[in-house]
Amino acid sequence: MWEYTGKVLDHFRNPRNVGLLENPDGIGEVGSLACGDALKLTFKLGPDGRIADVKFQTFGCASAIASSSALTEMVKGKTLDEAAKITNQDIAEFLGGLPEQKMHCSVMGREALEAAIDNYRGGQGGKRVLAGKVVCNCFGVTEEEILRVVRENQLSTVEQVTHYTKAGGGCGKCKGDIQALLTRVAAEQLAAEQAAHARSPARKMTNLERIRLIEETLERNVRPALRQDGGDIQLVDVEGPRVRVALRGMCAGCQVSEFTLRDVVQSKLREFVNEDIVVEEAP
Amino acid sequence: MSRVIYLDNNATTMAAPEVVEAMRPFWNERYGNPSSMHAFGGQVHRDVESARARVAELIGADPGEIVFTSCGSESDNMAIRGAVEAFGRRVNVITSRVEHPAVLGPCQELAEHGVTVQHIPVDAAGQLDLVRLGEALREGPAVVSVMWVNNETGVIFPMDEIAAMVHAAGGLLHTDAVQAAGKIMIDLQRVPVDLLSLSGHKLHAPKGVGVLYIRRGTRIKPLLLGGHQEENRRAGTENVPYIVGLGRACELARAHLDDLPRLAAMRDRLEQGLLATCPDSSVNGDRHRRVATTLNISFEYIEGEAILYSLSDVGICASSGSACSSGSLEPSHVLRAMGVPFTAVHGSIRFSLSRYTTDEEIDYTLAALPPIVKRLRAMSPFVPK
Ligand code: FES
Repeated sequence: MWEYTGKVLDHFRNPRNVGLLENPDGIGEVGSLACGDALKLTFKLGPDGRIADVKFQTFGCASAIASSSALTEMVKGKTLDEAAKITNQDIAEFLGGLPEQKMHCSVMGREALEAAIDNYRGGQGGKRVLAGKVVCNCFGVTEEEILRVVRENQLSTVEQVTHYTKAGGGCGKCKGDIQALLTRVAAEQLAAEQAAHARSPARKMTNLERIRLIEETLERNVRPALRQDGGDIQLVDVEGPRVRVALRGMCAGCQVSEFTLRDVVQSKLREFVNEDIVVEEAP
Repeated sequence: MSRVIYLDNNATTMAAPEVVEAMRPFWNERYGNPSSMHAFGGQVHRDVESARARVAELIGADPGEIVFTSCGSESDNMAIRGAVEAFGRRVNVITSRVEHPAVLGPCQELAEHGVTVQHIPVDAAGQLDLVRLGEALREGPAVVSVMWVNNETGVIFPMDEIAAMVHAAGGLLHTDAVQAAGKIMIDLQRVPVDLLSLSGHKLHAPKGVGVLYIRRGTRIKPLLLGGHQEENRRAGTENVPYIVGLGRACELARAHLDDLPRLAAMRDRLEQGLLATCPDSSVNGDRHRRVATTLNISFEYIEGEAILYSLSDVGICASSGSACSSGSLEPSHVLRAMGVPFTAVHGSIRFSLSRYTTDEEIDYTLAALPPIVKRLRAMSPFVPK
């Protein structure tokens, strides 16, 4: 059994606002029978432009039903602009948390809300149209969706992306593409941080900050690639420009370890931390 | 929860009170090592051998052909890997699309190491495609591993026919009989499989003990090396209390084979009642060749985990082939191999009975489930108007 919070179980057992509104102002539909969960959301606006009534229908597990029910409670009385700001994390938090493997239920809630608001604003059919490149064919998840969920939830592993979007949970063929997207987001974030650093050049990095930045760079830009091959890297010591690392698992003693070190680790550290870094392998 | 109605006996069973009683002296009274050279241990050795004889009797084997293991999964791993290794890996592996993960796992590992592995499909009723099996057997010597009874649907494969085909082609046959023991007559004199796996906790013995039957003369490489236990086929000091418990459980299972018609009647009553009270429901699996204790039924437009949680709220334990309840994102590989539509797979529920199931429990379930189905359907966007 899943570890559901009392609030999840309550919203599953006594879901609020079940049904479909007649002549709704907005309608949003996401998911499908094949995927194992689906949500249809309808709302009506009051004269003050706030959501006056909202109802849902859900096909899915206990946490999908609870997430939908929670969502309806959250949006009532909100303007559409306010409602549009609700993230999947807000839904999960409202329920006192969801098991990580079930986070996709909260994402489905947010997507249905968006589709319903879009429908009101643009008068589209209310069915979510797949925008952009589809990364995961098994579950019909696009690049855009994955990037968004990764950014909003600060995800760092393919497994997490699967928990949040289902992408990668079927045949698994798309896992490499998901990893590439993760690496892209990590690089963007690091670049943004460095830009922020560059904007305050007056102060030199303290040793501690420097070590932290090295750690971060290894985590984001080096480790994921090594882990794919079953390896790992550990920071052993930092002495001025000399950075000592140890390779673990499949990478240790591997034929290309020399190449891995010089080519990947050093170039990444030079790029993100400092031009003069020299990487050495700890014995 | 005051009362538990346990209809999940294909997942695990209660240890029978007689089994617990039989095990009791073996913790701190008769705790000797069966391999020891003193009478204290020698007596325990005789207890283990008498348990072995009882297991053998349940399946029509010779006691010397019974090897005790730690669980059904170990038995499956040992059978498949051990047999393939004994062939020096120069052999094909043939299995089915509906096997238990304990069989699919080792097969996949062998495939990754270059062994050719074929997965024979099943038809819509879950029956093995014997024509395809025959074709696969013509491609060279093979270790075949197909289950006797399916854990999700209860469907029985025609093991006598399969054994004849495999042996005519010079192959070796392993069967995972974990769900068959105690639920159908197994007579290995009549149905000549070479290797057969059993699990204690599926037949009212405790969890943590299993059996691999190895037909005399069958070459198989052991998985565990070390001491000379189990005639050098599986090293490790015998799990004496559990082995004794398993022996007693097999003896009881044999005596209770007569209960099967009564269980089938109860299962059928559950099946007919649910089909009558829940529209858009359907049974999965071959209803004519199925064990007495399993019912796999699908409720359209709703999802299995939601049904299970609702059942659990009223004290009923069952399981589901839906994605959410399997702990992965993919629903049951068994039902999908049968071509059951997604709508029905996601809403599939398995009830599995045991000889402890009562008529009152069936009545209670028959009363409790229809309102749950109705409530969840009222929430579903897919119910046609
Ligand atoms: S394409 Fe993503 S899991 Fe199959």
